[in-house]
Amino acid sequence: MKYVDEYRDARAARELMRAIRAAVTRPWKIMEVCGGQTHAIVRFGIDEMLSGQVTLIHGPGCPVCVTPLETLDKAIAIASRPGVILCSFGDMLRVPGSDGDLFAVKSRGGDVRVVYSPLDALAVARANPAREVVFFAVGFETTAPANAMAAYQARRLGMRNFSILVSQVLVPPAIEAILSSPDCQVDAFLAAGHVCTIMGVEEYVPIAEKHRAPIVVAGFEPLDILQGVHMCVRQLEEGRAQVENQYTRSVRADGNRQARKMIREVFQVVSRKWRGIGEIQHSGLGLRPEYATLDAEKRFGVESMVADESHECVSGLILQGLKKPVECPAFGTRCTPETPLGATMVSSEGACAAYFRYRREAAAAAARINQRT
Amino acid sequence: MSHDFRLNCPVPAAGPATIQIGHGGGGRMMRSLLDRLFFPAFSNERLDTKHDSAVMRIGAQRVAFTTDSYVVSPLFFPGGDIGKLAVYGTVNDLAMAGARPAYLSAGFILEEGLPIKTLEAVVGSMRDAARVAGVELVTGDTKVVDRGKGDGIFVNTAGLGIVPNGVEISPQRIRPGDAVVLSGDLGRHGIAIMSVRASLGFETAIESDCAPLWQPVSTLLGAEIAIHCLRDLTRGGLASALNEIALDASVSITIEETSVPVCEPVVAACEVLGLDPLYVANEGRFVAFIPPQHVERALEILRENALTADARVIGVVDDRGQSVVRARGPLGNLRIVDLLSGEQLPRIC
Repeated sequence: MKYVDEYRDARAARELMRAIRAAVTRPWKIMEVCGGQTHAIVRFGIDEMLSGQVTLIHGPGCPVCVTPLETLDKAIAIASRPGVILCSFGDMLRVPGSDGDLFAVKSRGGDVRVVYSPLDALAVARANPAREVVFFAVGFETTAPANAMAAYQARRLGMRNFSILVSQVLVPPAIEAILSSPDCQVDAFLAAGHVCTIMGVEEYVPIAEKHRAPIVVAGFEPLDILQGVHMCVRQLEEGRAQVENQYTRSVRADGNRQARKMIREVFQVVSRKWRGIGEIQHSGLGLRPEYATLDAEKRFGVESMVADESHECVSGLILQGLKKPVECPAFGTRCTPETPLGATMVSSEGACAAYFRYRREAAAAAARINQRT
Repeated sequence: MSHDFRLNCPVPAAGPATIQIGHGGGGRMMRSLLDRLFFPAFSNERLDTKHDSAVMRIGAQRVAFTTDSYVVSPLFFPGGDIGKLAVYGTVNDLAMAGARPAYLSAGFILEEGLPIKTLEAVVGSMRDAARVAGVELVTGDTKVVDRGKGDGIFVNTAGLGIVPNGVEISPQRIRPGDAVVLSGDLGRHGIAIMSVRASLGFETAIESDCAPLWQPVSTLLGAEIAIHCLRDLTRGGLASALNEIALDASVSITIEETSVPVCEPVVAACEVLGLDPLYVANEGRFVAFIPPQHVERALEILRENALTADARVIGVVDDRGQSVVRARGPLGNLRIVDLLSGEQLPRIC
């Protein structure tokens, strides 16, 4: 298929590998901050191909994984109310809150529906005027424009039975936070192609300059990632720290202006908590005061809910790239997709789930080593 | 970023206390329900083979017996409807045991308020499908539930088939070195259904592959191809079928991902929806485990039949002991093709 097959071509991949090998003079560490890229890296074995030259570290790029526990608890509390229809993207349904997940709410009689677009949730609200319809707005900058559009239309149409539970996060503050950490081991970043398709690349420039770290905007296919790695390596070897765009077939320097305008119309930058990491300043989006009546947290009185995360799971270290999934003693033994200890094992884009799904054997070997040591 | 990182996550409650949608998804949740509840409760020699049909001897005759329930929504979809599925699905389970489908029962659970015309259309479709599949619908049952307690129509069919003498098809007969033959391209049924679900709103010309499979199986048997095992690909797709077989036969299987045919509209829909075609549902495809010396002849035979014209070898049975399914990707790496937990969930972005 066009735009798929040519980016999975084995010969071109080998050529890029040769170029990377020829350029590398010492082992570099490159972090991707996109669940789609993590998934592709593990599925196509790109990290194994690069082994010995470049270590790929999987950052907090999965919106499901970084959604805080208390936000899940809020969604579960709202969905459990009689008369409520909670609409969500599919992969939020299996993420455990403090006590069960949204699938469990559904099996107890709650009306939880999977939608592909927030505008579908709006249609559900129109079709059910006597019910309260809540859209669980999760995601990075990629989902923000459509989520904003749903809020914009709901306000314009004066819909009283529609509200939004917002858990919207931003990539650049997370990159900045990781680079600012004293434990940071990351030499360069692959930025998420579709986030930049919306937002453009300009906001990455001061980060690359300040921290002397190359940032290459990359796509999601194996060749995109390999080319992105090659561009990072070239910059590192040449002592440059710039923002470059590998994903030119989708990303323009100023992004998608219409989409950005819609985001600005509805959302403002707020500080947000990231699951497993903690609060990051100015790292998320919240509804502007003009849209406050659409805020599901206020409407259902769950603003003050807090949840204590337990100390069992090391997904925080994994999300920061300080540990690999197979280095966790619970990985593949006590922690599996059916009995997840943390969100990185639940979402299909989570690093632990990707390793479990494609590398169970390596995982089992690692677990045996962990048990011995 | 605050400096007191809280590098942790919660421990959720172990296994769900209630039945969830994922328990019917053909993945690990369902497998666990079967292994923990149904198989121990009902254990016997025939059930324990864990094949698509149970094979028994009645007098001098070997018969295959199977049952399946159909709860598809919507009731009508491109390329089929619940009635056609209820006939073909069950005759295919018989065919996978090497049995010629002979008789079906049909149980209807109807929801109050269902238009009679809808029921007539479904019944007409079942009549036509039975004729095509060469089975007689010989007994049945009808129940009506209150409005809101069903989804229009649920259908259960059970099937009885005749196993020809000398035919032995089961996971336990699989041997290392057997070729894995796939009868056609993947994912048409699942994508056709998704295209007409109210919430998705994408358009595709894809039709369900829903079809009866006895004819190609019978031609293979007639040509004395030593089929070791057959499995039709339904919910959970090729990946789930291979995982079930690997577990039940205690073998590992390796497939070449680039050999697995998927038509372009299905690839495109999967890319957009974030689905893996290996896990998307089919209703007219099967895999056959065939010893290497019979493979060439088997492919010739299958390719003469329009239904299996695209048949090809997609992999091989490796070794005993482990039960792992692996796929070699386009870049040459081997990865595990795992059982999904429950249903395949659409990704956020």
